[in-house]
Amino acid sequence: MRKTACLVWFLGSFLLSVLSAAAQGNDGNANVEMAGVLRSNGKIYIVVAVLATILAGLFVYVIRLDRKIGRLEKEAK
Amino acid sequence: MLRQSWWKILCVVLLLYTVIAGFLGDVPAKPILHETIRNLYFHVAMWFSMMILFIVSVVYAIKYLRRPDQVFDIYSLEYAKAGIVFGSLGVLTGSEWAGFTWGAFWSNDPKQLGAVVALLIYLAYLVLRNSMTDMDKRARIGAVYNIFAFAMLFPTLWIIPRMVESLHPGGLGGNPAFENFDPRMGKIFWPAAVPGWTLLGVWISSLRIRLQLLELKKLNHA
Repeated sequence: MRKTACLVWFLGSFLLSVLSAAAQGNDGNANVEMAGVLRSNGKIYIVVAVLATILAGLFVYVIRLDRKIGRLEKEAK
Repeated sequence: MLRQSWWKILCVVLLLYTVIAGFLGDVPAKPILHETIRNLYFHVAMWFSMMILFIVSVVYAIKYLRRPDQVFDIYSLEYAKAGIVFGSLGVLTGSEWAGFTWGAFWSNDPKQLGAVVALLIYLAYLVLRNSMTDMDKRARIGAVYNIFAFAMLFPTLWIIPRMVESLHPGGLGGNPAFENFDPRMGKIFWPAAVPGWTLLGVWISSLRIRLQLLELKKLNHA
């Protein structure tokens, strides 16, 4: 129960920090070229999606490995 | 602890947050770096994870020397291995980053050299271990060497690079690391990137530890 509360607290504080970070703009340094256009026309989301997919794939792999080892441990008992 | 799932869920959440907020969140606009400043969440986090994994490894090495239990040796070895993986990824990602910001994939920067020396010392740990067939001897000498390797870790990564000129932040002549650290980036780096990647390292170590423990059990039953 306490673990769930901990997780909810973590998630909540992250969401808050993302929102507050998004609310702030560029820090006035207009001379430095950033990927503003790339972001505004939405292409950065593709990169985010690709990386999220890679991470998701890795997680699925690790979780399956975890379960497999768990089964082996049960058999060994 | 090894088999509980809450910290694995936390790891997944933190890393997804790191990737999503790391790309979409605002970062300071700086010359030379431009958008590559976001590499902080990935390249620098590798080194923090590596150091934490090596700290766990040396703690188990000391535990083994205090009470020679093969289980401690397995923990120590597997955390060190995961640390080496993260460190190697740190060198590779750093080289990629440097190639497009400092103009060369390798510039013999003191921190680059220090990191490689530290990794070589840890690789020698694996070589040294595998040169012995006796399990107890391997574990004992391995544990002693692990302490030596750990003693060299902080001078090579933190002390020497700061005493000389360096391209990395934190070198001689100002530019200390994290002094002008943007708070917006800190909100992703400290609570999500560092613990997220570290937990992934612990997760991978824990899987290998569980496999090794199974093998040890089989060996003891045989």
